[in-house]
Amino acid sequence: MDKKNIKKIEKEMKLANEGLPEKERSLFSDVRPTSVTPLNKYLEKFLNWARAESLWFLGFGTGCGAIELRPLMTSRYDVFRYGIAPRPTPRQSSVFIIGGYASMKTVKRIVRSYEQMQGPKFVIALGSCTINGGMYYDSYNTINRIDHYIPVDVYIAGCMPRPESLIAGFNKLKEKIKAGECDGMNKYAENFDWYKKNQKRVIKDWNMPDFNW
Amino acid sequence: MDIMIKILYAVISVIVATVYGLTLGGVVQKIYARVHGRFGPPVWQPFIDIIKTHGKRVSISHGIMFYLGPVFRFAGGLGTYLFIPVIYGSVVFANFSMAGDLLLVMYFIFFGQLGMALGAGEGGHPYSPLGIARGLSQMSTFELPFSLAVIAVAIQYDSLNITTIVAAQQGSILNWTLFTNPFAVIAAMISLLGMNMHSPFSLVLAPQEIPIGPPVEMNSSFLAILQTNRGLFTAAKLVLFMNLFFGGATNLLIMIVKTFFIYLVSVIVGAAFPRFRPEQSFRFFLKWPTIIGIISIIFIVYF
Repeated sequence: MDKKNIKKIEKEMKLANEGLPEKERSLFSDVRPTSVTPLNKYLEKFLNWARAESLWFLGFGTGCGAIELRPLMTSRYDVFRYGIAPRPTPRQSSVFIIGGYASMKTVKRIVRSYEQMQGPKFVIALGSCTINGGMYYDSYNTINRIDHYIPVDVYIAGCMPRPESLIAGFNKLKEKIKAGECDGMNKYAENFDWYKKNQKRVIKDWNMPDFNW
Repeated sequence: MDIMIKILYAVISVIVATVYGLTLGGVVQKIYARVHGRFGPPVWQPFIDIIKTHGKRVSISHGIMFYLGPVFRFAGGLGTYLFIPVIYGSVVFANFSMAGDLLLVMYFIFFGQLGMALGAGEGGHPYSPLGIARGLSQMSTFELPFSLAVIAVAIQYDSLNITTIVAAQQGSILNWTLFTNPFAVIAAMISLLGMNMHSPFSLVLAPQEIPIGPPVEMNSSFLAILQTNRGLFTAAKLVLFMNLFFGGATNLLIMIVKTFFIYLVSVIVGAAFPRFRPEQSFRFFLKWPTIIGIISIIFIVYF
């Protein structure tokens, strides 16, 4: 391929950031996420073990299910003994718990926070609302399936699931990570256009960069 | 050739201190959990956390200072540790104590915080400067009683060389600064509460108020460096206090026992009290510990 074509493709690959005003576009990155190939077999296995044993979840409550996160941290359920801890900033956390229904406004924040998390990152969808809409299946301002907007690793069904089932979900996530099956970050990068299309369909006031990092 | 062996010894010493500091952190988390009526994370949890944060596949930087912030912080911890003789009479754990004195060590305690302030500021998150403002103000206030205590100790032993100070305390338990100059030790131990940043002085890393404060934008390897430094810096501070006030140590076991109990003071206070507001904390340090520090100097000069 000649240089002209390569340049043309590079230009097409860049993110337009059309939601931003013209003068602000240069302040934000226009690079798309790329998928990362895992390291060699044994090193990756060791790191996966460490990732599974030290799960820092994002302490955001994105729905009513977030009420179940508080008992987890206190003495009754004490989730710290499994190496799980809350973290107040998306930059440092590796697990995002979608706490139940996600309204259109919350989806915007979920996408923003999810993209700011550093990979490998995992998503636990908590409650029936994240699977098929639950009791909000015909609501005008909630989404029905969260996995149309970000990749999900573990679902916990129920309305509300109790903290025990959350712990069971965490343990399932640990098994999956150790088996090397949680590759949501690469999945997101590979199907980036599809996810963006879905996100932009529900988020009407898109005034952020196309990829928030 | 001599210097190469010394460097080799220093590397061993730094690794031992880091491992010890991180394990101590794990033990302390366990103690806090027991106070809360929980089981708590395993003792080795800090090590797994560091491996995990290093093992992240991507990391975001915000500029050159953002890179240098954690490096400065780690240099501060390393510098503090490397100029303190850890074990009295030991060749391996003597570090580079002959090259500097107490003032250099105190400078290094300050240095890391300043570097971190520059680095975290470039992150651009509004909570970083808030945490930095709190951290630097609190540090200026707790440095005051600590400096007064150090001046009292320097007058008492007529030296700023840590090895000389440790040597003067050998022989009997009654030779410790704890018994020869109790006021200085009280002032310094109160400022240690602020230095260790446990409650009620946990203003800087206050996850419930200012999400984690200065390192809010630090991710992946940047955070891993800060975590490693937390182990090393804690060990360095505790060893410094042990040397100045509690007679130093003649072997590794005594060092571990003494530093553990020095740290336990912070942990007991931390488990018992809720967090101060910033202005309460600053005023506290400028009031009683400072007065006790001044008394310690008067005590050592005139009595």
